[in-house]
Amino acid sequence: MPTVTMTVNERQVSGEVEGRTLLVQFLREHLNLTGTHVGCDTSQCGACVVHLNGDSVKSCTILAVQANGGKVTTIEGLASGDALHPMQEAFHEHHGLQCGFCTPGMVMSAVDLLSKNAKPSEKEIREWLEGNICRCTGYHNIVNAISHAAQQGDAA
Amino acid sequence: MHDFGYHRPTTLADAAAALESAEDGKLMAGGQTMIPTLKQRLAQPSDIVDLGAVEALTGIREEGGALAIGAMTTHAEVAASDLVKARIPALANLAGGIGDPQVRHRGTIGGSIANNDPAADYPAGCVGLGATIHTGKRQIAADDFFTGLFETALEENEIVTAVSFPLPGQAAYAKFPNPASRYAIVGVMVAQTGDSVRVAVTGAGPCVFRDRAIEAALSSNFSASAVGTSSADESALNSDIHASAEYRKHLIGVMAKRAVAAAGG
Ligand SMILES: Cc1cc2nc3c(=O)[nH]c(=O)nc-3n(C[C@H](O)[C@H](O)[C@H](O)COP(=O)(O)OP(=O)(O)OC[C@H]3O[C@@H](n4cnc5c(N)ncnc54)[C@H](O)[C@@H]3O)c2cc1C
Ligand code: FES
Ligand code: FES
Repeated sequence: MPTVTMTVNERQVSGEVEGRTLLVQFLREHLNLTGTHVGCDTSQCGACVVHLNGDSVKSCTILAVQANGGKVTTIEGLASGDALHPMQEAFHEHHGLQCGFCTPGMVMSAVDLLSKNAKPSEKEIREWLEGNICRCTGYHNIVNAISHAAQQGDAA
Repeated sequence: MHDFGYHRPTTLADAAAALESAEDGKLMAGGQTMIPTLKQRLAQPSDIVDLGAVEALTGIREEGGALAIGAMTTHAEVAASDLVKARIPALANLAGGIGDPQVRHRGTIGGSIANNDPAADYPAGCVGLGATIHTGKRQIAADDFFTGLFETALEENEIVTAVSFPLPGQAAYAKFPNPASRYAIVGVMVAQTGDSVRVAVTGAGPCVFRDRAIEAALSSNFSASAVGTSSADESALNSDIHASAEYRKHLIGVMAKRAVAAAGG
């Protein structure tokens, strides 16, 4: 079985996987990082979004072996100790979640957006969330939260 | 998903060798179509040859009046490239309108054209701009590359290495996207270079095609008002829950007009 080694949330990890093991399975089942969710498993919903080498990706549609040697950040890697990341703070403050299932993917997508476009318009935010589906909020407060985080200026 | 042997070559020669020696080997680019296909067991290869570490398949270069884009270049890289935005903005727009940001971060030009999904955007980009597809052994004109529904001129184990796009005079791409997937219900690339106008249509039929009637109309008058109606045979167009053949035929004219207007005509 292939062995993979990667940096996950700034920690070097390795493990034996099968060729077919998905990155999200490696994160959830091998590393117990269950903050990354699986909603659809068909690359539609974005609940599984993590960062790989600085880009948001759907971890249900990447093999763990494809991420070998890479740098991965998951929702667990955003906060510093008890202090929430500014994007998490903004979702909390602006009520950007209800059931919370989509939230890890939403937050990871939003952080990636601000790293590429520090001051997005509302239209740009909505376009960027094309691959993230939320069944609860109607998106309005998610977009609000991201706009406010962008105005604060430290959420990338 | 069944398990498979996994290979991650770093050179084209090693990739070709891994493919040849496998019982039933398949290439993988970003996996954005391949992984869903494996999950559904629509393909059950013995071996996967991952092109992700083959340096020679990356990069965007301008050479001899054309842009050469490596097969493993992602849609996000094409959309964000200053060179593509300056030389063929229509192509940067097309790439930036594919799927969603996460798909664009992994999906590649080589994987998209090798797959030849009837609703994919790049086939219209390649045919409309008169691109040339480079493989490990030959060069194929885009007009001859896309041969049918999910079919291309690629032979077994032939690897796409790059696509080169001649710089057009003016060009633009307009698509009417499926609101869920963003795949094209109809997408039209219009390009004018000198006296020649090319109009390539994706999404409407089983495979990308050129609309000769619109090409002829635009050759004598490159303006949105001259587009007229599509020459497509309605009985050969796609009809499904998203759009009837009649509606798709109508959309070809509408998208062509939008593209011509965006190209300044
Ligand atoms: C949610 C979603 C939305 C999407 N929306 C759109 C859209 O709006 N428009 C659009 O055009 N596309 C869309 N796509 C498809 C996307 O553009 C991918 O690029 C495309 O699926 C190909 O993926 P890939 O590059 O990762 O190739 P892979 O999935 O890795 O491979 C695809 C096929 O190509 C073969 N292949 C790969 N590279 C080569 C090569 N160099 N030489 C020869 N054969 C090769 C593989 O063997 C495989 O058969 C969408 C996909 C998803 C999941
Ligand atoms: S679980 Fe990955 S996109 Fe839905
Ligand atoms: S908060 Fe429930 S799915 Fe988004």
